[in-house]
Amino acid sequence: MIVAGPKLVELDGVEKHFGAVRALDGVNLIVGQGECLGLVGHNGAGKSTLMHILTGTASPDRGRMTFAGEEQAGYSPGQAKRLGVRCVFQELSLCPNLTVAENARVFHPGLTGLNWRRTAGALIIDKLDAIFPGHGIGASDLVQDLAIGRRQMVEVARAFTVTDEPVRLIILDEPTSSLDAHSARQLLDFTRRAVAGGVSCIFISHLLGEVLDICDRIVVMRDGRTVADAEARTFDRDKLVAAMGGVDAQVREARAGTTPVRGHSPLRVRARPRRQTSTAELVAHEGEVIGLAGLAGHGQTDLLLAIYAAALGGRGNVEVTATVALVAGDRQADGIFPLWSIAENIGVRSLARLRGRLLISRRREDALANFWRGKIGIRTPDVHDNILSLSGGNQQKVLFARALGSDARIVLMDDPMRGVDVGTKLEVYGLIREEAASGRTFLWYTTEADELKHCDHVYVFRNGAIVADLTRGELTEERVIQSSFEEAS
Amino acid sequence: MAVPIAASPPASQAPGRLDLRRLLRALLPALSLALVLLAIAWLNPRAISYFGFTLMLNLAIPIALATIAQMFVIAGNDLDLSIGAFVGFVGCVAATWLRETPLIGVLVLLGCIAVYAALGALIHLRNLPSIVVTLGMSFVWQGLAILLLPKPGGKAPDWLLAIMGVKPPFIPFPILAALVIAVVAYVGLMRTSYGTILRGSGGNAVAIGRAGWSLLKAKMALFACTGLFGVLSGLALIGITTSADANIGNGYTLLSIAGVILGGGEFVGGRVSPIGAVIGALTLALAASPLLTFMRIPPDWQVAANGAILIVVLAARVLISRKDVER
Repeated sequence: MIVAGPKLVELDGVEKHFGAVRALDGVNLIVGQGECLGLVGHNGAGKSTLMHILTGTASPDRGRMTFAGEEQAGYSPGQAKRLGVRCVFQELSLCPNLTVAENARVFHPGLTGLNWRRTAGALIIDKLDAIFPGHGIGASDLVQDLAIGRRQMVEVARAFTVTDEPVRLIILDEPTSSLDAHSARQLLDFTRRAVAGGVSCIFISHLLGEVLDICDRIVVMRDGRTVADAEARTFDRDKLVAAMGGVDAQVREARAGTTPVRGHSPLRVRARPRRQTSTAELVAHEGEVIGLAGLAGHGQTDLLLAIYAAALGGRGNVEVTATVALVAGDRQADGIFPLWSIAENIGVRSLARLRGRLLISRRREDALANFWRGKIGIRTPDVHDNILSLSGGNQQKVLFARALGSDARIVLMDDPMRGVDVGTKLEVYGLIREEAASGRTFLWYTTEADELKHCDHVYVFRNGAIVADLTRGELTEERVIQSSFEEAS
Repeated sequence: MAVPIAASPPASQAPGRLDLRRLLRALLPALSLALVLLAIAWLNPRAISYFGFTLMLNLAIPIALATIAQMFVIAGNDLDLSIGAFVGFVGCVAATWLRETPLIGVLVLLGCIAVYAALGALIHLRNLPSIVVTLGMSFVWQGLAILLLPKPGGKAPDWLLAIMGVKPPFIPFPILAALVIAVVAYVGLMRTSYGTILRGSGGNAVAIGRAGWSLLKAKMALFACTGLFGVLSGLALIGITTSADANIGNGYTLLSIAGVILGGGEFVGGRVSPIGAVIGALTLALAASPLLTFMRIPPDWQVAANGAILIVVLAARVLISRKDVER
């Protein structure tokens, strides 16, 4: 653990317990001044807890924390703010009912007086302009009207705004999970510039490429401890995955070659986006995995929802020939039922099958849930536990189990891997292949270029219309990005 | 990762269209008021006059104040089921102590606001559902009012009668009062910097807490504002009716909630509109008795007809806002 130059933060033997769970089990961590530190690990490795300790929203059970040479006692969110610690949390922490400017004001108690609204608006828009040129966000826009990617931009920009307190440590927790590749690049570049200007940064991401790309040093966490800590250039992707204790990195390349000939299996979906002017349309046959690519929020989700509505008996220029299930991307808002157990969350799509006479059969529901717990590896001692007892990645597995356990022949996936760790992703990719081989059709909207490699056929969207139609052989990341910026023909 | 690209991502929604949507959302309450006014003008053109408005809208002032009071708790995702009983209690205090021993009267009314702030603290600290707490409080206020004034009676202080009896030139007093109420509440909650925090606590309490604000103070401030406007509502009501009755405010609880919702507010998420709430209260006050009287509906049926109008207006609001979302 070598840090050149002065230390900004030093954690020494920090422990945090939640009941019997040891979220942090004696963590030592140093962040140098003007250093970009990458933090990686599976879901549940303790990264988020560590961030909550650094921002003062959770207090450690044991251990010491030193900030700029001063030991901190009675550390609180207020104290953290005064010291210049800023955090972009994984779950967005904007107020949806307030405007962009008002959300900036919430962050800065000093913004009062007659003109506070204009000052706050200028502050946040200036920062947005600096980080995400061409963001298209106005200071008086209500956050609830913004797409999720733009909300994340506001969230990130807000963390960098300065009024009376300096910014000394920025913690970015999965900052790019809802951003498209272009905006993510803008953010990474800006972060590098800020670090060059002397700000320290802790960068948490499941996208290992990003971490390797922008960090000076990388710390790997596993089971509440740091298990590796070295300069970023000594790592590569495989070494990181190995240090995290993940699945063998080779698995991801397992599916290469073989382009199946289209049109031999029955047609499942034929759909044309509403704003499509050309004749291009999305076609999916039985057993295919179809990718929907392009920049975030360019009509992919709308088309998935239109297909879903068509399957439920709606009309429009969509043809669907089988039953449909949807895996939501915004798990907290559209996916889970937070008050229900894991078993109930899995069974809700299959109630008709779970019914014995008049009532839901508890036995059948449990059988379904236990089957999928084993098959997809949902890490829980008991399927009757509340869904919120699971980590984010495992909650997402429950949503997959809900769709895959149903009678649906077509599964629509709305960027379902947001903020999910590598291990879980690899397991789910395998499952998708397996299910596709047995005749299920998948329509998969994703913002991660890596995931498109798992698709048989990819449609690239721009401005609500299909602009490119790529077969497996034609698919490269450059092609996708190039098409994302083309005008619809 | 991606290769860097010079072009910027396009705006999927033009900002101009967005503003139009917000404008429509904001104009909905005014639209329903206009509809009710049109109906009245069509049934009885003479009602649309200085004197007619003064008469028709007289009782709208306390309703508007109670609606604003309700709006503050709704902004924090709570509901006050005791506002009606509270207005009645304030009325009884105004018609007795405030006239006979003004000092005690003022202290009691200030104490009421402090009690409201304490309720907010209780609800926040013990994490209690506000409906349960305020339902309980409604019996407390009602009981106190009956103790204070077992039979209808008392008399409003002269200064209160004088205020409520003002006849300004050209603009009828109730309309002027409604304007003042709307502007004060709008500036207080929507334009001040602390009002932003209050609304934010309804939108995403965790975020407000993380930014270093005290959620306890925010909840107490919202409830204290409810108490303040509840007191004003009780005073205004007694200034109009001149004497009090322990049950005088009973209808106000549901009227105030309906007014907030009619005015474009929502039960959760900190989405409220003070101007809309005042307009909603005016709409309700007009739809209540004047419209029904002009429609020659017998008094026996007026309560039911009032409910029917309420359902129609609220349903229209939902329909229009749904269309607006689809667009």
